Amino acid sequence: MATQAHGMGHAVKRKEDARFIRGKGTYIDDIKLPGMLYLDIVRSPYAHARIKAIHSEKAVAIPGVLAVITGKDLDKYGLAWMPTLMSDRQMVLPIDTVLYQSQEVAAVLATERYIAADGVAAVEVEYEPLPVVVDPRKALEPGAPILRQDREHKSNHIWHWEVGDKAAADTAFREAAVKVKQDIYIPRIHVSSIETCGCIARWEPVEGKLTLWMTTQAPHAIRTVVALVAGHLGLAEHKIRVIAPDIGGGFGGKVPVYPGYVLAVAASVLTGKPVKWIEDRMENMQADSFARDYHITAELAAQKDGTLTALRVKTIADHGAFDAAANPSKFPAGLFSICTGSYDFKSAFAEVDGVYTNKPPGGIAYRCSFRVTEASYMIERMADIVAHELGMDPAEFRLKNFIPPEAFPYQSPLGWTYDSGNYQAALRKAMEKIGYADLRREQAEKRKRGELMGIGISSFTEIVGAGPSHTFDILGLKMFDSAEIRIHPTGKVVARFGTKSQGQGHETTYAQIIAHELGIPEDDIVVEEGDTDTAPYGLGTYASRSTPVAGAAGAMAARKIRDKARKIAAHLLEAHEDDLAWERGKFYVKGSPDRAKTIQEIAFAAYTNHPQGLEAGLEAVSYYDPPNLTFPFGSYICVVDIDNGTGEVKIRRFVAVDDCGNIINPMIVEGQIHGGLTMGLAPALYEEITYDEDGNIRGGSFMDYLLPTAVETPRWETDKTTTPSPHHPLGAKGVGESATVGAPAAIANAVIDALWHLGVRHLDIPITPWKVWKVLRERGVTE
Amino acid sequence: MSEVASRISVAVNGTAHHAEVEPRLLLVHFLREVLSLTGTHIGCDTTNCGACTVLMDGRPVKSCTIFAVQADGREVMTVEGLARDGQLHPIQEGFHEQHGLQCGFCTPGMMMTGYALLQRTPNPSEAEIRWAISGNLCRCTGYVNIVEAIKHAAEKMRSAPAPAGGRS
Ligand code: FES
Ligand code: FES
Repeated sequence: MATQAHGMGHAVKRKEDARFIRGKGTYIDDIKLPGMLYLDIVRSPYAHARIKAIHSEKAVAIPGVLAVITGKDLDKYGLAWMPTLMSDRQMVLPIDTVLYQSQEVAAVLATERYIAADGVAAVEVEYEPLPVVVDPRKALEPGAPILRQDREHKSNHIWHWEVGDKAAADTAFREAAVKVKQDIYIPRIHVSSIETCGCIARWEPVEGKLTLWMTTQAPHAIRTVVALVAGHLGLAEHKIRVIAPDIGGGFGGKVPVYPGYVLAVAASVLTGKPVKWIEDRMENMQADSFARDYHITAELAAQKDGTLTALRVKTIADHGAFDAAANPSKFPAGLFSICTGSYDFKSAFAEVDGVYTNKPPGGIAYRCSFRVTEASYMIERMADIVAHELGMDPAEFRLKNFIPPEAFPYQSPLGWTYDSGNYQAALRKAMEKIGYADLRREQAEKRKRGELMGIGISSFTEIVGAGPSHTFDILGLKMFDSAEIRIHPTGKVVARFGTKSQGQGHETTYAQIIAHELGIPEDDIVVEEGDTDTAPYGLGTYASRSTPVAGAAGAMAARKIRDKARKIAAHLLEAHEDDLAWERGKFYVKGSPDRAKTIQEIAFAAYTNHPQGLEAGLEAVSYYDPPNLTFPFGSYICVVDIDNGTGEVKIRRFVAVDDCGNIINPMIVEGQIHGGLTMGLAPALYEEITYDEDGNIRGGSFMDYLLPTAVETPRWETDKTTTPSPHHPLGAKGVGESATVGAPAAIANAVIDALWHLGVRHLDIPITPWKVWKVLRERGVTE
Repeated sequence: MSEVASRISVAVNGTAHHAEVEPRLLLVHFLREVLSLTGTHIGCDTTNCGACTVLMDGRPVKSCTIFAVQADGREVMTVEGLARDGQLHPIQEGFHEQHGLQCGFCTPGMMMTGYALLQRTPNPSEAEIRWAISGNLCRCTGYVNIVEAIKHAAEKMRSAPAPAGGRS
């Protein structure tokens, strides 16, 4: 057994693995309670329809089916609608109208899983189809059917949001020598964690207590939401316990509240029995929140020598039928205003309009911090287009326009203060590692022979770690996060956090932070998350906020403990506090290092021999309110070869240089980057959810929605530079999503780079063989 | 809906189990719900994800696409059967040592597929490993470390083969 404290920067093997590799994890569907009932859901085959009647007689006649719940039933309790996090509301079950295909229509409650499914099949619903709008641009046209008849404002337009100095940007464009404009569509995609969503609700009528085991990335926020939504039914927050068990991947898809959760709670309250709801994959892919779906028109202005001057962006955001995204409340378009990226623009202006369509709710992150991928993809595509139009090398173009290292902290024209960065260093490192100059030579030779090879760069800047309380809240809840550390008399530790790992390895990395600060071995530290009855209040894990916010809280709580430990050590060593020095794991008297007390000895004394005037015990809690966000960055270079017969894109090499500040566990960081890159590859080449004109979903199962397998996924090559965050107590920035943000543009840029000489300036992702083959054929390259 | 139940006997991880099951009961639900072996997971409904992979008579199968009655008279091995006498199997060690898992949801299926590969191909190339696991989806790891984990196990198994009478 290792009994050493490793701390920051060590590739400590993960503690959580022990249960997972033995098949002993506890995911939601592994939990079984005595007397538990099963809930299954009837869903709409239509994208827009009036419900004329719901016939449940045949279903309830099935032995084991206990009830069929409809919107009208819920309406009696004021539960047919629930508020979203974006000041909109969403149907739990419809009273008379469905707004997208696969929307929940009724719930069946049964004694067994299979019987509940039988009940769903036996419910008969009569619909009257209504006109469908799937294109948000058409939804804004006069005469378009108004989808949300429940709203006072009779329009499909939800909100308009803008940022920047429009007049300054317009002037810059009037004066610019070089102007480039491009329409870019970033399609709807789905996070598809391999575990779907589900819950078990257990209402105990005698105590009036609700326990909700739930696939959630934000257990505390959920508890508060449940109390606010169902307070009128007697659910009070001190009697609500939300437990997030082991979670099989989240990536943003497990932040929202879906109707199934609410139905399970309602059914448990109704029956007094525990109720389990587990969605299947098709339900997950057809009805749970989606990401992206941004129709962007972007414009760049530059001088003749390639110096960028201004950016203008106009976007239509398809939010589906309900605005049920999970952005911080002041940011309906998330952090899209990071769209000036790594470049030093003099002026910029961005505007976004949110629109309703007959699709499930959109706007949920797909492993990224609130629309950062949309922003980063757009600016990195645009940078490449300008460079190519000017005949400049895309690397040289970027090096010329990067915010210089000495400009940090850097004030962006759209209002952010970038904490630190050295973009040149990251790009140069990536170029060196991949052999950029040689590749360009090879490409020139291949081009002469008619072979298609492309090199794509993406030098992204992220914005994560939401966020400072002056700007960031969700439903009014400030976006701090928390840690509580308890040191037991024998020096062993239990630490609890307000976040919730979904695979990121918090049990290991948080233990490393505490080990780093207190010198207690990781093996002696247990990290717990996800139980609202025990963990301190926090806003949860998404948007790469765990390390920047909760990780910082862990360090701050540990430092509070160290302050108290110093007092106890002074008492034990009969020395003055100021005469003591800290060396990891012990205090000693300056100048006589053998007069020392270890943290374990101090912990024991905290309970057995604490000084007069000081409270016993050795515990601390910290609620960390970050002074700023963190701005991880990196430069990725991708090399592709394109089959000019089939249009297939093959990634030959992909080098990722990331800078996430100081690293807690390099093994875990690399793993996060590998995973993020694969979730960047996915939308670049494979994944897309489309709808036909009637609103039928295409791509609503793993048969049609192509998650990359091990065969398509390249052997990622990673490297790093280290530019610590100046304001984070550990200098860390967060890394879980950088690669998802940075990778798509590198791949798309590589493909366009291979085709530019044929007159191809842009292709929307996913860049399928079909799309490439079509342009090759149009240009006579292939038959 | 079914009134008729079928009697089956299945050896799971070396222990015989007799049960009455509905003909429509999926093997994965038999393992998870009847035998409480919840290490085998469910990630889809179209036989794509491989989270449910187990071995039946030594061959990897997707237990979501097999009825429990089809396993009658056969031997099934699940993730819970990998470790023997508290001793981890090299494939489990490989996943831990090489950081081949993050959320862990795909991991049991991945390990069973990897285990089956190494039974027939003790020294697989990277391409062979990638093809072998191409019916198993992982959303977290990007596969690089899963490949390393299987290589790690292969090396370990070649240098110290399983004791006689050990794993099938
Ligand atoms: S559960 Fe997906 S293949 Fe079996
Ligand atoms: S580790 Fe999460 S799906 Fe593979």
